[in-house]
Amino acid sequence: MPDATPRQAEPMLEVQDLARYFDVSRPWLQRVLAGEKRRVLRAVDGVSFSIPKGTTLSLVGESGCGKSTVARLVVGLYRPTRGRVLFDGQDLEQARADAAQRRRMQMIFQDPYASLNPRWRIRDIIAEPIRAFGLTPDKAAQTLKVQELLTQVGLSPQDGEKYPHEFSGGQRQRISIARALSSNPEFLVCDEPTSALDVSVQAQILNLMKDLQQRLGLTYLFISHNLAVVRQISDRVGVMYLGRLVELAPAETLFTTPRHPYTRALMEAIPDLEMSGRQRIPVGGEVPSPINPPPGCPFHPRCPLANARCRAEVPVLIPARSTPEALVACHAVEEGRDQPEAPLPAQRIGTTATAL
Amino acid sequence: MAATNAIGRMLDSDLWWSFKRSPVTVLSAIVALVCIGGAVLAPLIAPHDPFDLASLQLMDAFKPPAWSAEGDLTYLLGTDDQGRDMLSAIMYGARVSLLVGIFATLFATMLGVAVGLLAGYTGGLVDNVLMRVADIQLTFPSILVALLVDGVVRAALPREVHDQIALFVVIFAIGISEWPKFARTVRGSTLVERNKEYVLAARVIGISRARIMVTHVLPNVLGPVLVVATLNLGLAILAEATLSFLGVGVPPTQPSLGTLIRIGNDFLMSGEWWIAIFPGLALVAMVLSVNLLGDWLRDALNPKLR
Amino acid sequence: MSDAPLLEVKDLRVEFPTRRGTLVALDGVSFSIAPGEVLGVVGESGAGKSMTGAAIIGLLEPPGRIAGGEIRLNGRRIDNLPYEQMRRVRGREIGAIFQDPLTTLNPLYTVGHQLIETMRTHLDLSAAEARARAISWLEMVGIPAAAQRVDSYPHEFSGGMRQRVVIALALCAEPKLVVADEPTTALDVSIQAQVIALLKRLAREKGTSMMLVTHDMGVIAETADRVAVMYAGRIAEIGPVREVVKHPKHPYTAGLMASIPPLDRKVEHLAQIEGAMPRLSAIPKGCAFNPRCPKVFDRCRHERPDLMDTGATHAACWLYDKVENYA
Repeated sequence: MPDATPRQAEPMLEVQDLARYFDVSRPWLQRVLAGEKRRVLRAVDGVSFSIPKGTTLSLVGESGCGKSTVARLVVGLYRPTRGRVLFDGQDLEQARADAAQRRRMQMIFQDPYASLNPRWRIRDIIAEPIRAFGLTPDKAAQTLKVQELLTQVGLSPQDGEKYPHEFSGGQRQRISIARALSSNPEFLVCDEPTSALDVSVQAQILNLMKDLQQRLGLTYLFISHNLAVVRQISDRVGVMYLGRLVELAPAETLFTTPRHPYTRALMEAIPDLEMSGRQRIPVGGEVPSPINPPPGCPFHPRCPLANARCRAEVPVLIPARSTPEALVACHAVEEGRDQPEAPLPAQRIGTTATAL
Repeated sequence: MAATNAIGRMLDSDLWWSFKRSPVTVLSAIVALVCIGGAVLAPLIAPHDPFDLASLQLMDAFKPPAWSAEGDLTYLLGTDDQGRDMLSAIMYGARVSLLVGIFATLFATMLGVAVGLLAGYTGGLVDNVLMRVADIQLTFPSILVALLVDGVVRAALPREVHDQIALFVVIFAIGISEWPKFARTVRGSTLVERNKEYVLAARVIGISRARIMVTHVLPNVLGPVLVVATLNLGLAILAEATLSFLGVGVPPTQPSLGTLIRIGNDFLMSGEWWIAIFPGLALVAMVLSVNLLGDWLRDALNPKLR
Repeated sequence: MSDAPLLEVKDLRVEFPTRRGTLVALDGVSFSIAPGEVLGVVGESGAGKSMTGAAIIGLLEPPGRIAGGEIRLNGRRIDNLPYEQMRRVRGREIGAIFQDPLTTLNPLYTVGHQLIETMRTHLDLSAAEARARAISWLEMVGIPAAAQRVDSYPHEFSGGMRQRVVIALALCAEPKLVVADEPTTALDVSIQAQVIALLKRLAREKGTSMMLVTHDMGVIAETADRVAVMYAGRIAEIGPVREVVKHPKHPYTAGLMASIPPLDRKVEHLAQIEGAMPRLSAIPKGCAFNPRCPKVFDRCRHERPDLMDTGATHAACWLYDKVENYA
């Protein structure tokens, strides 16, 4: 599979045809009584990408697109139904079995109120990875390390004695970051780390994360639904829709010349702070259920460029015409039916067009 | 230093505040303290020793309470058919009742918490099997379980041994019939906690299941358990009284409140009402105060009702 | 504006008595909304923006209570109305839209039933007329096949469709004011855009005034005529939306605007406001923003500023105190 990854850096993470299905059928007896079939939710369905060391790949998409499932697959919280994850060239399952490899990956979560154990002191929360990996057996050195981490994320060393409820959302997210850093990881999976925070605090956390990446040479997989945030932090961006990547491109390319109609619709949907007075044309319809995805291209029911081929054949991720650094899964782009420079056609979009 | 801090924190806590605001709770706490204090300190403060056969005088049998015409000030609440001081008998009886209640509840709590935690965190087949066992257990009333266990033990062991372990049999019988409540409570909270991000964070760094269950999930599911345990203490004491009343409980050599009521029951119709009524009142006071405390605890720990 | 205001809030104070003393959630909040105007209310979580909305529609969560000031709708005081009267005002004169559509919709009744019920309570309509109107309302808010969907239950709709139904429900009794509290926050961006466009269009068509409470400055910029920025239970700045967004006067507004990541370019270091908004129990003396303010001076630490004229907007900031400038 072709890849827009720059060749110079080795990949920290490589994901090949990754898929994860969930069985969401009702319990056996009820299902048999009602004469239902098994129902399978395809949360992630054939996703491939790689992240070069020291860079950030972001996955964006709306709720239910599978981006958080990818994050959890990549750190081994879920097992893939199909496909492979390679961590620094090694199969993930093997890497996870080895503490020395496991130490190198960490995860930061979305909800600052659920990601810290409310019964633990901050110093114990931060030291848990240190103890789990036996990094610093000496008690005094551990205390020192925790204080250093607290300082590194902009908190006071005395904060270690407190409990999570004594901190605000932004401070808690700093604590989560300190904890994640405590095992000296090289790869961080960040699952919507700022979406529960207020904007002024979000800026603090994003700045901190960028700063840490530069200082420590970290590799990020960054999950978000907020395109503006993604633009600030990413080297490359993958756009997901219904469990698939529809576009994977360097951040600059994606934000200046988005190619996939869904990517363009997403950008179109963001309220405009510049107040140019431009009339936005929101994309119509809603995301279909991943239990019953439409045949062909999953976006075709909402796509202004859909034709018979789109309704029948699933497009694959290939380099786009005129912007080959971007990989796009779209028949219209492949056939040159789209106009990358023009705004989306101002027509009623999709089959479930609304009265807008 | 640390102790004064702890006391200061307690006096400043929301729990203490809601406690002070509820007169019923304060009253229940006082009653419960009197009952428990009397029971625990019985060997020190009871006016007589009801088990000292040498001190028993048949002459003193059937003395009514001190305030009635034939009453005797040495026997404040009267005496029973063997001349035992009722007040002392009640204090010693409450001691047995409380002992059984507390240990049965502890046993049920430990078993229930372990099962609930395991079922909730592991899920799948383990969860199914454990919870079906709990369901089946719930369909057996505790009396039936106690009779069953008691019967088996009686048949299997010689009389003397049975009397020695009778107390443990009662504790086991009551505990075993009440653990499913704890298991269900804990399983419910565990299902919520296991998907919280702090548990996922521990899984990411490869902390073992058992360790996550014990160090992460357990401390966060214990709040509701405390409430259930308090409410259950009253029930366990009642269950013990019922079993002893039916004669399958503790041996007569160690009479509990239930035993006293059974003995008194024989004399209830012949005019010696105090032999049954006073142990009964003591039982009601103890169970009611503990239950009211449990109710308060439940409301005070429930953030939605605060 | 020359018109008499539709809604006038004067010196509103909301208190929460707790055991550790009374928390003041809103203090000295004053603003007005003209007929047909959309006022945006923004602020970070805990700033009191939702509380302001709840106070206006008379749905403050106990033990919260209005402890001072007044709220007037068309010149009539509504902050001290008994519950039953306020309930009538709530359907007929003020419509409400909340973040979670399921708090507004009754799961036991069809959406048609709820629309008809609301209309017949407040308007003089026959059952058949009300049903016809219910269907046309569902069409207006963009529910496909409205004539069939009118007999569906709330759970049969998707999240975005439910919020459309809620909008129909809030508007169907033709209120003069709609209070919308984070109406799009629970929705995905593409759906959010549809719902905002819908709200905007309906408010304009029906001449309804709207108070739009949200934390999303982008939504406000697209929808509102004027905006009030709240901080720690007070209005920090209020003015025409373009002025507040493009030329914020209050240092908090300026910081807030600068910390929003831009979509059209990558910046090396986002502007950030240090620290966090104070808890209600620990609001600093003087200006509540003073510990975080880059332009703080001595007076800010002792005296609390009220809204002052800055030219295009009004800001509660001593930087704009004309009296002192003249002195």
